Amino acid sequence: MTSGIRFDGVTVAYGSNTVLDSLDLTVEPGEVMALLGPSGSGKTTALRAVAGFVRPASGRVFIGDRDVTALPPYKRGIGMVVQQYALFPHLRVDANVAFGLKARKAPKDEIPGRVAEALEMTGMAAYARRYPRELSGGQQQRVAIARALAIRPHVLLLDEPLSALDAQLRSGMLAELARLHRELPDVSILYVTHDQVEALTLADRIAVMDKARLQDCGTPQDLYRRPRTEFTASFVGNANLLPVRVGTDGVTFAGADLKVPVPGAAPGSAATLCVRPHLVGLGDGPNLRGRIVEVQWRGSTHRLYVEVGGHRVKADVRELKETPALGTEVTLHFAPDDAVLLAAGVNDG
Amino acid sequence: MLVHSRTGRWTAWAVLAVLFLPLFALPLLVILTASFSTHWSGAFPSGPTTAHYAAAVRGESLQALTTSLVTAVTASVVALTLGTWAALAAAALGKKGKRLLDALFMLPVAVPSVVVGLAVLVAFSKPPVLLNGTPWIVILAHTVLVTAFAHQSVSAAIRRLDPMYEQAAASLGARPSYVLFRVRLPLLLPSLTAAAGLCFALSMGELSATMMLYPPDWMPLPVLIFTATDRGSLFTGSALAVVLMAATLLALLAVSRIRTKASYR
Repeated sequence: MTSGIRFDGVTVAYGSNTVLDSLDLTVEPGEVMALLGPSGSGKTTALRAVAGFVRPASGRVFIGDRDVTALPPYKRGIGMVVQQYALFPHLRVDANVAFGLKARKAPKDEIPGRVAEALEMTGMAAYARRYPRELSGGQQQRVAIARALAIRPHVLLLDEPLSALDAQLRSGMLAELARLHRELPDVSILYVTHDQVEALTLADRIAVMDKARLQDCGTPQDLYRRPRTEFTASFVGNANLLPVRVGTDGVTFAGADLKVPVPGAAPGSAATLCVRPHLVGLGDGPNLRGRIVEVQWRGSTHRLYVEVGGHRVKADVRELKETPALGTEVTLHFAPDDAVLLAAGVNDG
Repeated sequence: MLVHSRTGRWTAWAVLAVLFLPLFALPLLVILTASFSTHWSGAFPSGPTTAHYAAAVRGESLQALTTSLVTAVTASVVALTLGTWAALAAAALGKKGKRLLDALFMLPVAVPSVVVGLAVLVAFSKPPVLLNGTPWIVILAHTVLVTAFAHQSVSAAIRRLDPMYEQAAASLGARPSYVLFRVRLPLLLPSLTAAAGLCFALSMGELSATMMLYPPDWMPLPVLIFTATDRGSLFTGSALAVVLMAATLLALLAVSRIRTKASYR
């Protein structure tokens, strides 16, 4: 069996409620694909369709080149880690990790070695004789990962694996997961999360989901720098979305002409201009004049909310010596290349 | 404690003393006292004597105790197996089938046990299945009566069981039968032992259906207590009742020890 996952027009519905709408997506062998979206976006349903816990109403699911749509979960050969760990409370750590090997009737003399290897890989070897309830959340999650890896799956499904951990532990586990993937370069990973930082850090590609549909798919850099939809722009990173009117060599926003690339957009049409807050600075050019309506100090930066022509524009600037007073009139500027024009036609709302 | 003020707490204790002691504790205390007495004509009994106990642990009485224990253990084991099986099957069924199966197993609870006794008597008094006159008819009636409780408590436990454990096991490559024996049943063990204890206690105390069915060579202890008190041997009856209570309590204690070992959450 080879690794890789392919969704071929997969639709899942509960009664009249479609929770996943004709998903087409391919995860390449060895690739980490993040399914990113808010709750109810269909991302977990997509993962569960791969695991075999939901049956698609239509479409096919492939693992490697094998059509697994009709296979029961236990025949799919996947590793899975869920948010609540789901460690068997009546078994010790080593028995938890050995569970999959025993269930698949691995040769008896191989099992201890492979359990030790999986526990070693996740740094849990010292805890083999403990019960799950004697471990912290982070340790339990490591055991859950060891248990999934012990069966040497070609495909690893991670369903919000870090959501139950606190922020500090989460960033540590992110680094751990990245290291594990480097050690297991052939394993395809489908990583469901609502946290854009996890997706941006870990994924080779991100599939952005919303309202049961795939909205956008691309590398993290791609989605961050060149989002194709307003949803992607606002969900991945936190963008300024400015309603503009397209001109011949730029756009008009709140009565000001801004020179930005307008590839393929029809002059006179309405569009949305996407600019990341950290790319907006204070300048003294003639355009984009506004009034500061709110200031937040964030340590190394100041977040300014500037009202320009009735719209709030966010700007993250390096920490200012003196906190500007509310109502101060400032001029904002950004490099033309840093702005992305989203044609009105591809906006999702 | 939920009651915080000092007077409130004292009131709660007073209510407990007034309600609980006369209703529950005192009658049992009277039985215990009577079991050691020779006469009880005034306010206090005369005695004490252990003669009733000496009689209660040999001959007919000992046989009745063994009969009760064998009946209760057999009925509990069969009821637990059937009830668990049905509860697991019901959990896998659709809503309608589940409701039907639950209703079917609830039937013996809704029907008075005298009626269950009569039904069993009528049904198994003629060939092809002639059980009347054998110990089996008593065991059968007890099984029918306690299976309902086993089914109910195991059903409730299955509903509380998080499906994520089964799914984790399935994703690791475990077939449904492997998941059942290695994950679901071990996780249900505390509830199963609780159900077993309940079935055992119910069967040990069953009288009304048993009265209609018991053959001369299979007389459970409650029947013996009833006949003893019926012919006026109150003190012998009391001693037998204390033996019944003690045997049941001991068995429940043993079961709860298994429960403590099996509960890991």
